[in-house]
Amino acid sequence: MRKLANRFYMGLVFLFLYIPIFVLIANSFNASKSRTVWTGFTFDWYRKLFHNETILKSLLNTLIIALIASVLATLLGTLAAIGIYNMKKFTRNLVINITYLPIINPEIVTGVSLMLLFVALKIELGYVTLILAHVTFCVPYVILNVLPKLRQMDNNLYEAALDLGCTPPMAFRKVVIPEIMPGIMTGFLMSITYSIDDFVISYFTHGATSQTLPITIFSMTRRKVSPEVNALSALLFVAILVIMIIMNVSEMRKLPSDQRRRAAKAEKKGGRA
Amino acid sequence: MDKNKIIELKGISKAFNGEQVLKSVDLDIHDKEFVTFLGPSGCGKTTTLRIIGGFVTPDSGEVLFNGKKVNHVPPYKRPVNTVFQKYALFPHLNVYENVAFGLRLKKMKETEIAAKVAEMLDLVNLRGYEKRSVTLLSGGQQQRVAIARALCNEPKVLLLDEPLGALDLQLRKEMQIELKKIQQRLEITFIYVTHDQEEALTMSDTVVVMNGGEIQQIGTPQDIYNEPINAFVAKFIGESNILPGIMHEDYKVEFAGDNFVCVDKGFRPLEPVDVVIRPEDITICPPSDTVINGLVESVIFKGVHYEIMVRAYSDLWKIHSTKAPEVGSVVGIDFTPEDIHIMRKMENSEDYAALDHLNGEEAGTID
Amino acid sequence: MTKLRSRLAAGPYMAWMIIFMIVPLLLIAVFAFTTTAPFDRDGNRLEEEEAALIMEEELAEWEENEVPLEERESAVVEKTVFTVQNILEVNKYMPTMLNSIWMALVATVICLVIAYPLAFMISRMHFVSQKMMLMLVMLPMWMNFLLRTYAWMTLLERNGLINRFFGLFGMGPFEMINTQGAVILGMIYNYLPFMILPLYSVMTKIDNTTIEAAQDLGASRLSVMLRVVVPLSVPGITSGITAVFIPSVSTGIISRMLGGGTNMLIGDLIDLQFLGNAYNPNLGSAISLVLMVFILLCMSITNAFDEDKEGGMLL
Repeated sequence: MRKLANRFYMGLVFLFLYIPIFVLIANSFNASKSRTVWTGFTFDWYRKLFHNETILKSLLNTLIIALIASVLATLLGTLAAIGIYNMKKFTRNLVINITYLPIINPEIVTGVSLMLLFVALKIELGYVTLILAHVTFCVPYVILNVLPKLRQMDNNLYEAALDLGCTPPMAFRKVVIPEIMPGIMTGFLMSITYSIDDFVISYFTHGATSQTLPITIFSMTRRKVSPEVNALSALLFVAILVIMIIMNVSEMRKLPSDQRRRAAKAEKKGGRA
Repeated sequence: MDKNKIIELKGISKAFNGEQVLKSVDLDIHDKEFVTFLGPSGCGKTTTLRIIGGFVTPDSGEVLFNGKKVNHVPPYKRPVNTVFQKYALFPHLNVYENVAFGLRLKKMKETEIAAKVAEMLDLVNLRGYEKRSVTLLSGGQQQRVAIARALCNEPKVLLLDEPLGALDLQLRKEMQIELKKIQQRLEITFIYVTHDQEEALTMSDTVVVMNGGEIQQIGTPQDIYNEPINAFVAKFIGESNILPGIMHEDYKVEFAGDNFVCVDKGFRPLEPVDVVIRPEDITICPPSDTVINGLVESVIFKGVHYEIMVRAYSDLWKIHSTKAPEVGSVVGIDFTPEDIHIMRKMENSEDYAALDHLNGEEAGTID
Repeated sequence: MTKLRSRLAAGPYMAWMIIFMIVPLLLIAVFAFTTTAPFDRDGNRLEEEEAALIMEEELAEWEENEVPLEERESAVVEKTVFTVQNILEVNKYMPTMLNSIWMALVATVICLVIAYPLAFMISRMHFVSQKMMLMLVMLPMWMNFLLRTYAWMTLLERNGLINRFFGLFGMGPFEMINTQGAVILGMIYNYLPFMILPLYSVMTKIDNTTIEAAQDLGASRLSVMLRVVVPLSVPGITSGITAVFIPSVSTGIISRMLGGGTNMLIGDLIDLQFLGNAYNPNLGSAISLVLMVFILLCMSITNAFDEDKEGGMLL
């Protein structure tokens, strides 16, 4: 009875989370331009989407900017994490608090402040400013993912490498980097996601020719009827779904079999409250 | 000069954040010797080991390897290897690659590496584990990989930092014997750090007892046990009764309200001393005028023997015996002149503080 | 020695953050406390009308004499001067700001109420199911939030799907889009996962034995929740609240899409000053500054509630 009530509740919340997405997907196959009347099944919107220069151009922009910004943020952030890890307590706390700034600060304030900076420095708004802005809000995520990995790492590992004949740079490459690699990868992936998804900061730092996908979407939604947006959302949703499933499956595979068993056993022992 | 000396420490001092961890330590370590640094936590034993390993640079003093000063030689250029406390195996590499790590750095041929790794895994009884992930090994197996990895580089000296601390008692005993065998087979120097006196006594050729950043005593396990140089060593090496006394003349000491004949000499007349008598050296006899008499306060069964606490005047005596007197009965405490160990009073009060701390720890381990 | 050298690795990052985070925020502060005012060539401050008059006369003169553009030198120059006028002017927008805060608060509380039981249920599930449920929670977040909000437009419209559904029973149509409720709904929908995830991550660390121990000691289901689960999940609650409240209070897009311009929020105000018709970066900066200070105050309050997280945040 209790369990049923729980399931019902979870079902309701997930319904709330997914209904809008399903409506979008359904509408992407709707022959009618109206968003609320179903007149028949069609692939037209998808066809039109792939002939829509603006959307394709901004999609490409988004991907290029996300890739460049994430690579830069990952490099900068990984180095920073290593530096921060070795700092004395006071400076470390100070730098970490600054690192939290872009996360805590309202996006719109970060956006306008960067715009003011670029205008003051007379840097023309465009690709460069977008990349600079994206790196700025992505680096903290890299640092916050790499730092815990450094802290978890056994301090003796680095010394063990030295002991076995590594010079400090070699010990770094052969032992420290592989150890914190998962954190670096997570940071990189988070950067890509945030960069692709960002609207507010890009909105204030983009130029006329450097529209990203969210900005294009925004201008489309303002013009009300644009069923290609539905098709685009459906495609994006499916793409994300596939990526998430692949990531989860590979993660489950990566767990060594006995570790998985142990986890399952712990679960059973814990019982279900 | 003794050419047998492989490592010499001369007047080594080190402070961390203003706290003096080592105070002018002098020590010679010989070839093919199994040396143990023994002492409570914070006594400076690990720091001494790390100075030898090259992970810590001493503030003053000299570290000599084969007569050459190596103070500023980095770890990767020293002919020593370390087995770390928590093993420090590389989690991203399997057993084979962990052991082969040092060899790969030397750019050895693959066939040579394979042969050497196989030999080392044989040595530690881990043949057949090459492809395993180190994260899935048991503590004892990880320990063996760490030893194989360190020995692979054929060091002249192997440093071991409390390597058995994380293992359970049974496994620890087995590994103690195995480590000793490996050391004898390879004929290299082992420097071993532990806070476990039993471990130190079982394995070592030489025990270095440390406290408060200073070496208290250097000697064979027998020396250290039988002739502790001061109350700290006596207390640390085994449970002891330590009583304040006064040396009246050679072979004559006063303590516990009486005069006793002993085998020690060379003290100033009326010099205050510490008198140490081991619980197992005391025999319980019927009360009489010729022995110290006391009231049995408690009797605890300890497996091999009973631990009996007897109160005589203000002194509380700890006695180990296979026979148990009744609690509340009056018994005599008897010992021979050879059982009485006389020690000079320790100079600084810090040592006493460490002793008190030790007593606390012991009380904790009883249950 | 190596420690010292590896500290330098943070150098480029620190330079970056100073240029692209600290300096821009300082610029906001500078803009907030300055304005441009007309001065004459001798450095005397002119009244706005006065300056306008002079410039008009100048222009007429230049036109008459056909002075080439590059030779026209105005007697009036614009200079940046310190002022508190902008900050005082923020006061005029107090109703909008209070409205923003109120709506964000309502959205945050509703998010907490919805998310709390859900996060607890997920945290007590089987290991594999937990992973799946988390994926389900995060999946909508990976959709661009403009698209998600756009979908709600479709649902809430006057002849949208919800009204059609009610229409089947002869009810409605209800006025849903372009209301305050719609904006709050948009906030809840977009930021609900930000509440669920931190709650889940603290709750999953609560051992079942802790709960069983409480039951063993005679606690009812309700008192287990109130005396054990809630206190243990305080860090999740505070970070969930900040994670929902901050974007809600500063959003401008949700209100524009679902509120139809009838419900202005702080975000819209700022946007208007920088890219909108009301162009006035000084006032915009002043509003941003007030918003930032307000949020930092909120953060320090929630942090005071929860020392653990502070420790975590500060390493």
